[in-house]
Amino acid sequence: MTDLLKLSGVHTHIGRYHILQGIDLSVAQGQTTMLLGRNGAGKTTTLRTIMGLWQASRGEISLAGERIESRTTPDIARLGVGYVPESMAVFSDLTVKENLVLAARDGPLDDSQLEWIFGFFPALRRFWLSRAGSLSGGQKQMLSIARAIIEPRKLLLIDEPTKGLAPAIVVALIECLKEIKRKGATILLVEQNFFAARELGDNVLVMDNGTIVHRGDMAALASDVPLQERLLGLSLETHQ
Amino acid sequence: MTELAATDPLPKPKRDIAPILLPVALAVVTIPLIGSPSTWLTLTAASLAMGMMIFIMASGLTLVFGLMDVLNFGHGAFIAVGAYVATLVLAPFAASVQADSLWVNLAVLAPAALLSMAVSGALGLIVERVLILPVYGQHLKQILMTTGGLIVAEQTLYALWGPQIIPTPLPTSLRGSFIIGDVAIAKYRVLATLIGLAVFIAIQLVLNRTKLGLLIRAGVENREMVEALGYRIRRLFLGVFMTGSALAGLGGVMWALYREQVHASMSDDLTVLIFIVVIIGGLGSIGGCFIGAILVAMVANYGGFLVPKLALVSNILLMVAILMWRPRGLYAVTSR
Repeated sequence: MTDLLKLSGVHTHIGRYHILQGIDLSVAQGQTTMLLGRNGAGKTTTLRTIMGLWQASRGEISLAGERIESRTTPDIARLGVGYVPESMAVFSDLTVKENLVLAARDGPLDDSQLEWIFGFFPALRRFWLSRAGSLSGGQKQMLSIARAIIEPRKLLLIDEPTKGLAPAIVVALIECLKEIKRKGATILLVEQNFFAARELGDNVLVMDNGTIVHRGDMAALASDVPLQERLLGLSLETHQ
Repeated sequence: MTELAATDPLPKPKRDIAPILLPVALAVVTIPLIGSPSTWLTLTAASLAMGMMIFIMASGLTLVFGLMDVLNFGHGAFIAVGAYVATLVLAPFAASVQADSLWVNLAVLAPAALLSMAVSGALGLIVERVLILPVYGQHLKQILMTTGGLIVAEQTLYALWGPQIIPTPLPTSLRGSFIIGDVAIAKYRVLATLIGLAVFIAIQLVLNRTKLGLLIRAGVENREMVEALGYRIRRLFLGVFMTGSALAGLGGVMWALYREQVHASMSDDLTVLIFIVVIIGGLGSIGGCFIGAILVAMVANYGGFLVPKLALVSNILLMVAILMWRPRGLYAVTSR
């Protein structure tokens, strides 16, 4: 399986803090790679560095063989990277429709793509002309994900999509992400919810103190309770 | 799946009309205080005209504030430069300015205003590239750089035109008033109000009906996410900055004709008013800026008539009152 995204020896400094301390990782084409770790391990910084929102101070980042570490965020997005930030960052003053029109950078909204999205996010059709600021947390998350997939993307970077959502919404969201995955998307997904991680992940990377401390199959980690406890401080069973 | 299959429609977002009612309430409250209906109408017309001119000058600044997070204390320079450029065009065509025909007057005024906007916009391009680009995200340095830029611009105007006040007489057909009963409404104030309304409608149409407008509104709210969607927001910044500068230039021409004079430091007092308007309107809000400009002008006109001694501080008091009511302005837009 070819690697779509590859990070080699990536360091990121934010002010005087040395957050990423030599990250090496790869994300295989068509796979969902989970990025797990405790709070403050550097997961969000990794996504933001890939996206160019924070500049890597050292190291190489390549997307489909093309170096991107010194490119600007718009250039990286134009290479086909969709980003769903932890804060969702929907434009609350704009309607659902306007949010998606803006996300469809290359032209008018594609009706078939829109119907596909409405298939698993029906609330977006219902609230098409409502201001995004008036949506619930779960609906905002749907809009944020819809914005990332409204046009075909090579890679999706998704940061904690289930954070703060009610369990029923989390289950629904996992089904949606599975559907996106079935369509062949390549996803790097930061997640704290181990249930979601087990359901969605093909591969897993575990971070601690700005470095990757484990890489392997998600299924293998899910079945190895001692390893979970050693890497993450608690097990999937305990978490559930 | 309850949330995904939500069946209950969302409540329609409530339209926040309280700020819109403020100028109306202020106008109604002052009717018995002023006493004479004709005086009240004259003051109200003067307030609308003054408010529209301040709005034109402030609209660019509020977008620059909201979208770029730039504190441009040099915005007044674009106003003064716009006014001076207009004098360059109007002086050689004094005969056309003094002609009795409205069309002849407008044939000189329109190119003067357009050239002023072009020069102020071009100056905006230079200021953004030279003064502001190196200090994005650094407010203190922005204040120092733009204040320095304002001083340099003012002194350059002094050097080129001298310290004297340059008269800018109103074109003949715009002098005088429309008389309706015993109410006199100055013709130029009507024109200023119409131009201000046209600018407001044009900005609203661009912001609400075009993809460029969507980008500006989204950028005011979250610049980072706009970039993450693949848009080069720096170009948008530059376009908005130049447009804001050009509008300030237009405002400068209108203000010069309103006062019938131009001088290098003409923008000093206006800058204070403009900042008050931008702050009470809510940073980045065009609607808030529009209402704020009308409020500031009303307080200046009604206050100057009713309590002349309070005229100097009336707008500061207005700002304090509004910020106590809504600390982020009438229509808060940005999360900053």
